Amino acid sequence: MKKVIERSMIVPNMHLLEIEAPEIATKVRPGQFVIVIPVEEGERIPLSIADYDTEKGTISIVFMEVGASTSALACLKAGDEVATCVGPLGNETTIPSSENVLLVGGCYGIGSLYPVAKELKKKGNRVSTLLEARSSYLIYWQNRFIPLSERIYTITRDGSLGTKGHISRLPDVINSMPEKPDRIIVNGCTYLMAHTSEITKELGIPVVVNLNPIMIDGTGMCGVCRVTVSGQTKFACVDGPEFDGHNIDWKEFLARRKAYMTEEALFFRKSDARFAHKEGKCAWHE
Amino acid sequence: MNDEKTQEKTSKMDLNRRAMPHQPPMIRRNNFDEVALGYTEELARAEASRCLQCKKPRCVTGCPVEIDIPGFIACVKKGDFAAGIKKIKEKNCLPSVSGRVCPQESQCESKCILLNKGGEIAIGRIERFLADWEAKQGKVDLPKKAKPTGKKVAIVGSGPAGLTVAGDLILLGHEVTIFEALHKAGGVLIYGIPEFRLPKAIVARELDYLKSLGVKVYTDFVVGKTRSIDELLEEFDAIFVGTGAGLPWFMSIPGENLNGVYSANEYLTRMNLMKGYLAPRSATPVKKHVKVAVVGGGNVAMDSARTALRMGASESHIVYRRSHAELPARAEEAENAEEEGVIFDLLTLPLRYIGDENGWIKEIECIKMELGEPDASGRRTPVEKPGSNFRMPIDAVVVAIGNSPNPLVPATTPGLDTTKRGTLVADPETGKTTRGRVWAGGDIVTGAATVILAMGAGRKAARAMQEYLTTGKQ
Repeated sequence: MKKVIERSMIVPNMHLLEIEAPEIATKVRPGQFVIVIPVEEGERIPLSIADYDTEKGTISIVFMEVGASTSALACLKAGDEVATCVGPLGNETTIPSSENVLLVGGCYGIGSLYPVAKELKKKGNRVSTLLEARSSYLIYWQNRFIPLSERIYTITRDGSLGTKGHISRLPDVINSMPEKPDRIIVNGCTYLMAHTSEITKELGIPVVVNLNPIMIDGTGMCGVCRVTVSGQTKFACVDGPEFDGHNIDWKEFLARRKAYMTEEALFFRKSDARFAHKEGKCAWHE
Repeated sequence: MNDEKTQEKTSKMDLNRRAMPHQPPMIRRNNFDEVALGYTEELARAEASRCLQCKKPRCVTGCPVEIDIPGFIACVKKGDFAAGIKKIKEKNCLPSVSGRVCPQESQCESKCILLNKGGEIAIGRIERFLADWEAKQGKVDLPKKAKPTGKKVAIVGSGPAGLTVAGDLILLGHEVTIFEALHKAGGVLIYGIPEFRLPKAIVARELDYLKSLGVKVYTDFVVGKTRSIDELLEEFDAIFVGTGAGLPWFMSIPGENLNGVYSANEYLTRMNLMKGYLAPRSATPVKKHVKVAVVGGGNVAMDSARTALRMGASESHIVYRRSHAELPARAEEAENAEEEGVIFDLLTLPLRYIGDENGWIKEIECIKMELGEPDASGRRTPVEKPGSNFRMPIDAVVVAIGNSPNPLVPATTPGLDTTKRGTLVADPETGKTTRGRVWAGGDIVTGAATVILAMGAGRKAARAMQEYLTTGKQ
């Protein structure tokens, strides 16, 4: 049982959850995740860590309400408890030094990129940040990225902020940058990561993704999170979650991500949440 | 006089092992209740009275934890069940578990002098009877603990090896803390072995017993991630690593990452630990499969195939590349599976998995095998029969061909040496690893093996750890 310090909706359907977990907060590194069980006998769901406070002994998670389990998390209030929160799991994101790095974040990935941005800045990298969403009102934490980034770009589908369109406009953003980035780090839904990888292949820019497959134990035991990287099977929980986006079999990954869509939809229909991931895209990309 | 004679005659006539009552196959294949119902008092006493009480009991030599088998059987014969269970517990802290899942036919019972006569004594069934009898009494007698030593022991992993070490060292007066990565303690007894073979209430009972002795259990704590072995060594005097077999093996054939291809670890964890078998009452999403193929021939394969039937599959197949005689599963488990209607496709090897347009498996391409020359293990090597390829339409595959040891602890502990297979290097007699104050046992040392071997390794390590904790020698 872990105590909830705070739970709030930061933009429609996107929640921030702060949990008291000193043993995790003192250990976590950027890019790592936890596995949470909202209520006893519930599902084990992997969630990226968006922030942590070593002194307070807390970790924060940004998550989107997509199904029964995340709906349960979205109902928590300060003082409530989650049945399980275990971690930190996975490997930390590789942080280069003195590079020009473009961060691409969408959906919950804007949150999980925040510790990465802080660490990049600390190691003397020049950071630019691209935030992507359906509309301006769905973008959050710009203020947190401003002091860490040299430039902040936005792409919104309705054009309410920054470039109008999809992530397919990424080359335009890159062309508008004073210099081409040395690497791109992208966190977000599968659609965003797959497309960023596809687009950057042509531009010859290395891209690092932080995968979010279905998991059970998160310690290498069950193998449900397997992903084909350069023709080899890897377990995202222990070999990742960070991988070279250009080497991932995205078609297979998307199919595996969708494995329980029907079952999730059945659960989901019973809950009151309004959006769901469809076809591997989050509601922001529908 | 006459009566006595008749009775003597009857007992002489009935020299056979007493069968254990089971749920009938066609009923049990539709439920998750325990298959074997256990001996009644009468059956247990009748079976016990067949024991010859050998002067030099060979059965004991077949037991990895050296239980005084004739001793507890004599107690059952007399009807003194309390004394019987006490005898077992001197050597084995998990009798209700080992009585159910031990491969007795290749251990204690295989050594019984009656093996070739009227049948060997059903040692496992009597052990199980005693453990269940004790549980039914409600109150379990707590053994006396030694005076507190002030020494602290950490146990990594709460499977059979770790629980045995905990049970032994807590009685010797040490402070014992178990760290478990999952949200429930018990290791393979909880996530792996299905309810119908080992009811989870029994595992919970054994854990409660250890807790009542003072063992502390922390779940949701991943050693190697949440804290390293080095960090634990700062706080604890000695550490036992029993992290088990972690990484599931696949065959590296095309199509293994299609949807509907599970590792046995995933399939069983989803059903057992995550209570998928209770769906839709449980939150774990579960697919309804119609035709399931399980690749492999061990106990885990049998558990998976039998679980598939209970989950409503109309056909459940075992696909195994050798013949029936080589099945590594316990004879009883293979028999149970056959009775329930599991189809055995023996001398068959999957070559590739074929998917549909949505990335879901729809067929396996297999090839027939024949047995050739014996290999290093003495088993005849299966050889492909050219041109015998065929396709098997199915909608799920469970790959149950074994596991590598879990890499989390070895990978994060400098100085803890591993073998080429990824298992920990440890002294077979003491479990001592290449790191000071760290012992290990169970699947992390041997590779995938049995519950009782893990318990045996735990017992040996506990002895060595006690030696270190009292004398400082390691």
